[in-house]
Amino acid sequence: MTDTDAPGAVEPASGDADPAADHARRAVAAVWRIESARIVATLTRFVGDVGQAEDLAQEALVEALRQWPAEGVPNKPGAWLTAVAKRRAIDGWRRRERLDERYAALARDLEQQGAEASDTFWDPDTIDDDILRLIFVSCHPVLSREAQIALTLRIVGGLGSEEIARAFLVPTATVQQRIVRAKKTLAAAKVPFEVPEPNEYAARLASVLQVLYLIFNEGYLPAAGDEWVRPDVSAEALRLSRMVAGLMPREPEAQSLVALMEFTASRFAARTARDGTPIPLDEQDRSRWDRAQIGRGQAALARADAIGRGRGAYGLQAAIAECHAVAPSVDDTDWARIVLLYEALGRLAPSPVVDLNRAVAVAMSTGPASALRIVDELVANGRLAGYAPLPAVRGELLRRLGRTSEARSELETAARLTGNEQERASLLAKIAALAPPAPPAD
Amino acid sequence: MKYMLIMRSNDQAVEDYENLDFTEVIAAMGAYNESLIKAGVLLGGEGLSDAKEGFVVDFDSTPPVITDGPYGETKELFNGFWIIQASSPEEAAEWAKRCPLGPGSKLEVRRVNELEDFPQDNEWIQKEAGWRAEAEGRLSAANPAE
Repeated sequence: MTDTDAPGAVEPASGDADPAADHARRAVAAVWRIESARIVATLTRFVGDVGQAEDLAQEALVEALRQWPAEGVPNKPGAWLTAVAKRRAIDGWRRRERLDERYAALARDLEQQGAEASDTFWDPDTIDDDILRLIFVSCHPVLSREAQIALTLRIVGGLGSEEIARAFLVPTATVQQRIVRAKKTLAAAKVPFEVPEPNEYAARLASVLQVLYLIFNEGYLPAAGDEWVRPDVSAEALRLSRMVAGLMPREPEAQSLVALMEFTASRFAARTARDGTPIPLDEQDRSRWDRAQIGRGQAALARADAIGRGRGAYGLQAAIAECHAVAPSVDDTDWARIVLLYEALGRLAPSPVVDLNRAVAVAMSTGPASALRIVDELVANGRLAGYAPLPAVRGELLRRLGRTSEARSELETAARLTGNEQERASLLAKIAALAPPAPPAD
Repeated sequence: MKYMLIMRSNDQAVEDYENLDFTEVIAAMGAYNESLIKAGVLLGGEGLSDAKEGFVVDFDSTPPVITDGPYGETKELFNGFWIIQASSPEEAAEWAKRCPLGPGSKLEVRRVNELEDFPQDNEWIQKEAGWRAEAEGRLSAANPAE
C-alpha cells in the first residue's frame, strides 16, 4: 500500500469493459488532482510525517474508488477523503498497539466530533499554510534535486509515478524508488513540517523556485522523447508556480517566476516545426505566440514590481522575455534595453552564459564589433570551453564582420561540439553559405 | 488544456440573484475565485454588465444589422466567464461543480481551441509564416537559450 499510484497515473482504460467504472475512476482522478495537496498537507499536520500522510491519503483514495462509483462523489470530496484517511490512521495505531497519549487524544477528538470533524478541520486559512509547508518540505535540502522534483510533482502536484516517469523519461520504478527513498530520508532526518525560519527562508524559497523552474525547463527545452507529454510538464510547473505565487503574494521572485514561465510558454506553439525541428527565435511566426499568455506574464511582472523590492534574477529574466514577447519582430526588439537587463542580471547572478547572451544582445543593438570584445573575453577566461554556443556566436559575429575564414573555423568547432543534430545541421548550412575559402597560395 | 466556464442564468435566476444579499454573493464568488487562484488553475475571467447595455450584430442579412438586447428571443443570459487550466474534462467539470450558483443558473463548459486544433497546412497560416520569413540573414543565435 505504500506506493499506490494516484488514479491519474493510469492510462485511460480504453478497453475497460465497464464505462461507468471508468467514468467514476476519472472523476476520482479529477478530485484527487484538485484536493490531494490539501489532503496530504492536512494529514501531515495530523500525523506529523509527510510519508505516512501520503500513504494514508492514497489508501483513502483506493477507498473512494471502491465507494464512489456506487454511491456517487460526495458533496465535499476533499473532506471525505481526509476523514477516511484519519480513521485509517487511528485504526493503524490501534492495530499496532501504539496508542500512546497523543494518539489517544487525537482519536478521542475525532470520535467526539464525529461527522463534523472534517469540516472543523477544513479551515481554508490553515490549509493554505499547510500547503506552503508541504512545498517547503518537498523541496527540503536533505533531498537530492531529483528527489525534490519527484516529491513536489507527486505530493504537491498530485501526479502519479507513471506520469512523472513519462515526463522525465525514466522508468516508473526509478521514480517510485526516488519517492520512497525521499520519504524515508525526510522521516530519518526528522524534517519538521514548517515554513523555514527567517534566517534560512530566502535560501529555501530560492530552492523551491528553482525546482519549479527545472520542472518547467524539462518540458520546454527540446530533448529526445515524446513531444506531446512535455508541454504538459511545463503546464504543470506553471500551475504549481501560480500556486506558490498565490500562497506567497508578497514574494516578488515567486511572481516573477510565473511571469518568466508565462512569457516563455507563450512561444510553445511557434518554436517547433511540425516535424519537431526547433525554430530559432528570429524565424518564429510571432502571430502564433499566445497573446493571452503574454498578457498574464505582464500582469505577473507588474505584481512583482508593485511589491517594491526591486527585481531579482527571475524578475530580470522575465523582463528580458517580456522585451521579446512584445516586439513585433527581431529588428523591432528593444535590444538596448535587453543589454541593460543582461548587465543587471550579470551583476546579480554572474555567469558566463549570461555574458554570452548579453554579447548577442549587444550585437543586435550596437553591432558585432563591440559584441566580439565581450565574446573574446569569455574565450580568454576559458570558463565556457567546450560550450558549443560560444564558437557559434563568435563565428556568427566574425561572419558579420567579414572575417570569413575565422568564422568558418569557429562555426566548424561549434558544429563539432554540439550534441544536437538539428543545431549541427543549421551550423553546417551556415558554413556552406559562407564565401568559398581563398585558394591556397602556392 | 484550457476550458472556458460560461455562466448563464435565466431571467428568474437573475432577478433572484439581485434580491440576494450582495455582500454574500461577493463573498461566495470571491472564495470560489480564490480557490481557483490558489490551485494555480485560473487563467482569466470577467463578469459582464447588465444585458440591457449590450447589443447584437445579426448576420441574417448583408450588411449585418445591429439590434439591441442580446437576449430578446431567449431566456438564458450570458453573464460572465472564467478560463481555467485543467488536465482533463473531468477536472474542468469538478471545478465547475464547485461554483456557487443556484437553481436557474447553468455553467457551460467549453474547451478553448489551441493552435494545434487548426490545420497547420492552412494557406493563411503558411502565408503568415512567409510574411515573417524575411528574418533571414539575421543573427540566428539571437537567444542562445532558445
